[in-house]
Amino acid sequence: MFEFLLRMGDNTLVLGHRVSEWCGHAPVLEEDIALANIALDMIGQTRLWLGLAGEVEGQGREADALAFRRDAWDFRNLLLVERPNRDFGHTLMRQFLFDLWHHERLADLCLSEDDRVAGIVAKCVKEADYHLERSKDLIIRLGDGSEESHAKMQAALEALWPYVGEMFADDALDKKMAEQGIAPLPSSQKPRFDKALNEVLAKATLTRPESDFAQKGGRTGTHTEDLGHMLATMQFLQRAYPDARW
Amino acid sequence: MYAQEVKSTGKGVKAPEEMSVQERAFQARIDAGEKIEPKDWMPDGYRKNLVRQISQHGHSEVVGQLPEGNWITRAPTLERKAILLAKVQDEAGHGLYLYSAAETLGVSRADLIDDLLSGKAKYSSIFNYPTLNWADMGAVGWLVDGAAIVNQVALQRTSYGPYSRAMVRICKEESFHARQGFDIMMKMSSGTAAQKAMAQDALNRLWWPALMMFGPPDAESVHSAQSMAWKIKVMTNDEGRQKFVDQTIPQIEYLGLEVPDSAAKLNRETGHYSYSDPDWAEFFAVLKGNGPCNVDRLRARNIAHIEGAWFRDGLMAHAQKQQLAAE
Amino acid sequence: MAKDWPLWEIFIRGQYGLSHRHVGSLHAPDAEMAVLNARDVYTRRNEGVSLWVVKSADVTASAPSRKGPMFDPSNDKTYRHPTFFDIPDDVGSM
Repeated sequence: MFEFLLRMGDNTLVLGHRVSEWCGHAPVLEEDIALANIALDMIGQTRLWLGLAGEVEGQGREADALAFRRDAWDFRNLLLVERPNRDFGHTLMRQFLFDLWHHERLADLCLSEDDRVAGIVAKCVKEADYHLERSKDLIIRLGDGSEESHAKMQAALEALWPYVGEMFADDALDKKMAEQGIAPLPSSQKPRFDKALNEVLAKATLTRPESDFAQKGGRTGTHTEDLGHMLATMQFLQRAYPDARW
Repeated sequence: MYAQEVKSTGKGVKAPEEMSVQERAFQARIDAGEKIEPKDWMPDGYRKNLVRQISQHGHSEVVGQLPEGNWITRAPTLERKAILLAKVQDEAGHGLYLYSAAETLGVSRADLIDDLLSGKAKYSSIFNYPTLNWADMGAVGWLVDGAAIVNQVALQRTSYGPYSRAMVRICKEESFHARQGFDIMMKMSSGTAAQKAMAQDALNRLWWPALMMFGPPDAESVHSAQSMAWKIKVMTNDEGRQKFVDQTIPQIEYLGLEVPDSAAKLNRETGHYSYSDPDWAEFFAVLKGNGPCNVDRLRARNIAHIEGAWFRDGLMAHAQKQQLAAE
Repeated sequence: MAKDWPLWEIFIRGQYGLSHRHVGSLHAPDAEMAVLNARDVYTRRNEGVSLWVVKSADVTASAPSRKGPMFDPSNDKTYRHPTFFDIPDDVGSM
């Protein structure tokens, strides 16, 4: 259960951090404001998931201890969300792929037999719904926009595509969660994800990459090099001044 | 303040007998406390001064995202990170409200932004100072937003309707900014020795630049009179500075920190604190572009704008396609 | 390409039962994006339950120079206001 909660909370923690890196640097003021809202939702969701994780673990670690005092190998997020921002198209495509998965995931988790999980999801699901709406709108517009925006979105899709498969790969922990009625198997989401994805890509005039090769490891603690750098920044104060309270 | 270098267009305030009938009627409306609205007649000088002041104010909010944005990825707790992000997001919002107010005067936001990026337009000197430790997030909210609030609360009474309404909205949102800053300062100054040292360091570095935010002393501020008569400016530089010093020194004492000015002393008769003059040579140097961060701040805004062009154009291209398809 | 996205005027219904009120403006490439941007820009503090966006260029305003002829004539029609009529207290509320 602890691991399952980390998987949920680390996704939003890491992606929220990545999105917050844009603060003050977005292409237009309206977008700066919209991105900050997404990051704020993600940080809020992180506090709920990691808060519950700490409770379940029972070692007295609160959400902040889990976020700021674990090393990369203890993180359980998807590789997708730790991919660096690169250009704005990359950031939006990463957000869209995550939102599409996240929205479905939360919809399934509404039915969790664990009341605490269902409680958290009830709060997050509306936020995820809005994020997906915004992501979709932007992907469709930029895909079917100028030649340059189309090329950038197609390139972003291809660069991030190898990180999509991991979202639907079941492992032993997933099977246990499914048996206990806490969370359905990730693979069960795949057909819905594919259908929704294909619809958006068609409208966006983007081509779905053919390869189904998938990079994996994030959910079991083997990450890309980027996560370590991200944590070095994020955890700096808590690590440098371990006695301080902030 | 956020518009420290608004050069007035007139040579000074015109006497009533020098004014045209229209100008006299306009001044009478302002004197009666009426608000001027976008389509109303207004003297060219009034319009020009307003555009400069509101856009400088807007630029300051936009550039003002950067010093605090510098610490968002290093905020020490999830809650602090959320608060700081929400605060910086508000700055972007305030920039947007102000640009909107300027646009009611017939200028385009794109042109205003071009002037900022080329270095032609100015923004507040305060944002050309670096944020070097976490306590700076406290000091910026407490001192910089605190100083801004003194000014902005007064500006709610400004004569131009859209500017005044933007100020009302901004003040409503801003009240949380100074408080969150002071909250960080309380935590830091009552924390470990290292935290307290950070708090004092932040205060020492930002105190003088905060005083400079109000602009040069009244005696040297040549452009104020006309703006005051038009109620574009509603408080003199020295009035604002004194108010800020009076409200802030007791707060420094409350925190148990040292006031960075050994001359600061309460005058029991007037109820005001005396204070030393900031280094005005430094102020003018920073305004001219020679502050510690001028180059980096403008560079960051330029990169955001240039690298974001394809995004803005791509969305516009889509909108135009849709419109063509509908016709 | 136009230098800037078009400007939109934003109206928010603060609560059910109230009218939409003008709150400000923003830039967006099209109407749907204007709605999303307005949500992000103008309802960060729980300010609304409904949004309208109108292209600024589509707003027609009355001319300030016509303020007299437009609005003064209703000044002297005091009989349109309920307080014009003196109804004895004994009659009860009306």
